[in-house]
Amino acid sequence: MFGIKADWSLEVFERYFTLDDYGAGGDVRWCSGCGDFAILNTVHRVLRDAQVAPEMSVAVSGIGCSSRMPHYMGTYGFHGLHGRALPVANGIKSRRPELDVWVATGDGDCFSIGAGPWLHTMHLNMDMVILVFDNGIYGLTKKQTSPTTQQGTKTNTHPKGAILPPLNPLTITLGVTNISFVAQVVDWNPPLLYETIKAAHQHRGTSFVRVLQRCPVFSEEFTKPLQDNPDKFILLEHEDGITIDDNVKRLFSNVIEHDPKDWLGAMKYARDQENIPLGILFKDPDAIVYEDHSSKGVGMTNEEKVAGLNAAFDKFQI
Amino acid sequence: MNDQVTLPLQTPQTIEEHIVEIVSDSGEGAQKCGQTFGSIGGKMGNGIWTVEIIPAEIQPPARTPAGGSGNRIRVGSKIMTNMGNEADLVVGFNEQVLYARIANGAYKDGTIVLLENKWASDPQEKIRNEYAFAVDEFRKNGLIVHELPLEEECLKIVSNARKGKNMFVLGMLCRIYNRDAQLGLNEIHNTFKHKGEKIIKPNQDLFTAGYEFAKNNLEHFYDIPPYEGADKDLERIIVTNGNTSLGLGVMAAGMEMISMYPITPATSASHYVADVFQDVGGFVHQAEDEIAAIGFAIGASYAGKTACTITSGPGMALKTEMIGLAVMSEVPLVIVDVQRGGPSTGLPTKVEQSDLLAALYGEPGDAPKIVIAAATIPECFEFVIMARKLAEEFRVPVILLTDANLATGVQPWLRPEVKEEWFSAPVDQSPWDKKVPAYDWDENTGLSPRPIPGQPDGMYVLTGLSHTERSKVSYNSETNQITSQHRSRKIAALQSTLKPPVIHGVDSQDDEGDLLVVAWGSTIGAIEEAVDNLKEEGHKIASLHLRFLSPLEPGLKDIFSRYKKVMTIEINYSDELGAPMITTENRRYAQLANVLRAQFVIDIDCWSVVYGHPLQPGLVTDELKKRLDAINA
Repeated sequence: MFGIKADWSLEVFERYFTLDDYGAGGDVRWCSGCGDFAILNTVHRVLRDAQVAPEMSVAVSGIGCSSRMPHYMGTYGFHGLHGRALPVANGIKSRRPELDVWVATGDGDCFSIGAGPWLHTMHLNMDMVILVFDNGIYGLTKKQTSPTTQQGTKTNTHPKGAILPPLNPLTITLGVTNISFVAQVVDWNPPLLYETIKAAHQHRGTSFVRVLQRCPVFSEEFTKPLQDNPDKFILLEHEDGITIDDNVKRLFSNVIEHDPKDWLGAMKYARDQENIPLGILFKDPDAIVYEDHSSKGVGMTNEEKVAGLNAAFDKFQI
Repeated sequence: MNDQVTLPLQTPQTIEEHIVEIVSDSGEGAQKCGQTFGSIGGKMGNGIWTVEIIPAEIQPPARTPAGGSGNRIRVGSKIMTNMGNEADLVVGFNEQVLYARIANGAYKDGTIVLLENKWASDPQEKIRNEYAFAVDEFRKNGLIVHELPLEEECLKIVSNARKGKNMFVLGMLCRIYNRDAQLGLNEIHNTFKHKGEKIIKPNQDLFTAGYEFAKNNLEHFYDIPPYEGADKDLERIIVTNGNTSLGLGVMAAGMEMISMYPITPATSASHYVADVFQDVGGFVHQAEDEIAAIGFAIGASYAGKTACTITSGPGMALKTEMIGLAVMSEVPLVIVDVQRGGPSTGLPTKVEQSDLLAALYGEPGDAPKIVIAAATIPECFEFVIMARKLAEEFRVPVILLTDANLATGVQPWLRPEVKEEWFSAPVDQSPWDKKVPAYDWDENTGLSPRPIPGQPDGMYVLTGLSHTERSKVSYNSETNQITSQHRSRKIAALQSTLKPPVIHGVDSQDDEGDLLVVAWGSTIGAIEEAVDNLKEEGHKIASLHLRFLSPLEPGLKDIFSRYKKVMTIEINYSDELGAPMITTENRRYAQLANVLRAQFVIDIDCWSVVYGHPLQPGLVTDELKKRLDAINA
């Protein structure tokens, strides 16, 4: 039987979820041509393929175009404060490790105002997927310089062009102790996007995925040259990373075998400004996962709690 | 004194209470000595109030006024509620550390000072001179100074008197106050039991030597009988400071998470809990900053595990945006603010009540929330349990205000009987009724149940943006008006369930009087003691201590109308009427006075100071007497 596993008939789903279960219904209000649509659709597909019950998944975001994503999900969602999605996501996971947590954030939300939580969240390494919708510009507030704006790009805050070269989110993330998953991908290659996000979702730990994302309104120059010239990319492939379909590979002239356990190699690719890496740069399944500690004691019975509290009082009895 | 012949054993003089201070350089153990002395008093059935004397630095230079570290213990034959006025007896490990206490007005004419005399023969001339000068000055100012060879006596037992002099002093104090020596020896055993007999023995020997030394060389001996009914309480008495009470409260409330960032004077609550939280299945998360700390707590609360964040003024400032989010999105949350002196970094280790207005109104936009204030150390415990329940019932953040005085004050209190009903219910994971929106506001009370992640069909996207009952973003003007009303209405709904406050110092709650003092927080003991003193003198004065600040407790308007004058007493800054530049049009009132004036539109006066230390009943009595005289003039 072609394409069907021999035991297929044994897989009985009590509830089977379709793509519609992961969408919120109604309009998705991003600009036409925005890369965010591709990311959203991919997340829906990954969830559908993993058959995660929608009520068990939470999409958390901060503020920005990217952070509208929870509103377009059929799961639980938390659309909070600018730069502060990650502490909230960590808190959700801390005592409810069974919840499936996604974070949608942007280059301003994560790398600028949320820079502190970004680094410390990577350090905590709680099991969640962080998708950074990086379009190299502030979109929602209408074209201000972000940390990843290309040097010289004219913005409303730097009309003569951004002064500094862009910050490199990959090397910064790779530099954090106890990280466990760093990947980079583009929004305009659906199979690659799917494989990368699926791998991020399957990984246990904080999966950091920087998605280079099109903003046709404010920063076309950020992604247009990359779309036009796939030779600027270097595609990282490995059996422990993602394996790439030949049809996809054909688009890229540079495909390299990179073992995601190789941190020094990952750093070398991350630093390379000429050949932009795509795929999984680093993966460490053995890093400490913070909720393994923070969720200890969940489900303790009231009898045990009464005993613990009484023992605490005993110590102060005179 | 060393050469004196052994005095005949004197009969101790029976007294109602004494205030004892032990002050040393940081690291000489005066705090341990003071805490143990307080604990022994508690075991003997005395009322106790202990205040830490803390230098701002970890290792301040030796022999400096700023470096004084130790304890003040008020011990008496009644339940103690505050630190009292000037000390009666002081043990100083050097003369310099006493200067800061003198500057604070801690001593009076007739305070007995037992002073280490080794500095009189110090190799450095400068130190010898400083010591001689100070002793002379102390005596001129009315202190009764006894110079004692503490170091010399300790060296007969141990080679390093710096470690252990505190236990010698403890022995002395136990003899002076006619304490049971065996209790002292037991305390020492318990303190050092994890270090073994090698440490226990010399410390017990030092204690016994101090006890004997006092017997043979001192002339002041006192007996402080237990308070009435103490024997009945003794089985149930526990001794903690307010921060430990808070910690116990978090555990008793069934909260599984404290998410915090280190800040003085709040942190010790989390230190305590971190040590024992696993015994009730909880976890202390130390976040990377104050904002992440509350964000993490909000995340846990959103996911159904109502959490707590504990901080102090500067941390509150950083948390404001998150508090606004919790109000707007109706996430239950307990925020404890252990107040210190402000603004900015202010006085980190000292007490103030300056965060009331920030707690009530700190967030941009209208952010109604519940604000309560603990007045006593047992309330630091009870109010956390209440705060969690209120947070969940009203789907709102609750700010619990305590302060540095409560945080570090040590007091005996009756151990509560643990009740399972204190704990939070397990997270509801049953299916949500799809027809019920995420914010099914009751149009009268503003209350609504909340769905929790994991509940099938309860899916909604929480947002800090203006939103409809289905939590859909809406910039519609009608939506914003009505949802603002719902959030506000919850506060009124809570008030409708509260009882009017109990007035202190009246025979009947309906009594009329000349002056009503309204206050809140840790000042209760000092104010009520002052009111009691003035009542005894025949004044028609009463006081009222608010625990709820948002909403205010009901019935205040009626109560206020029965007094000729109403005023607040607080420890936050206010302008004094009649001071240069200050007029009725620009006078800035104390914070509660501000709130009450605005709410009740009556001329409520205030008296407040920011000396950084707890109110003394004597100071309050003097001020109130002036006010009463003015009313009756």
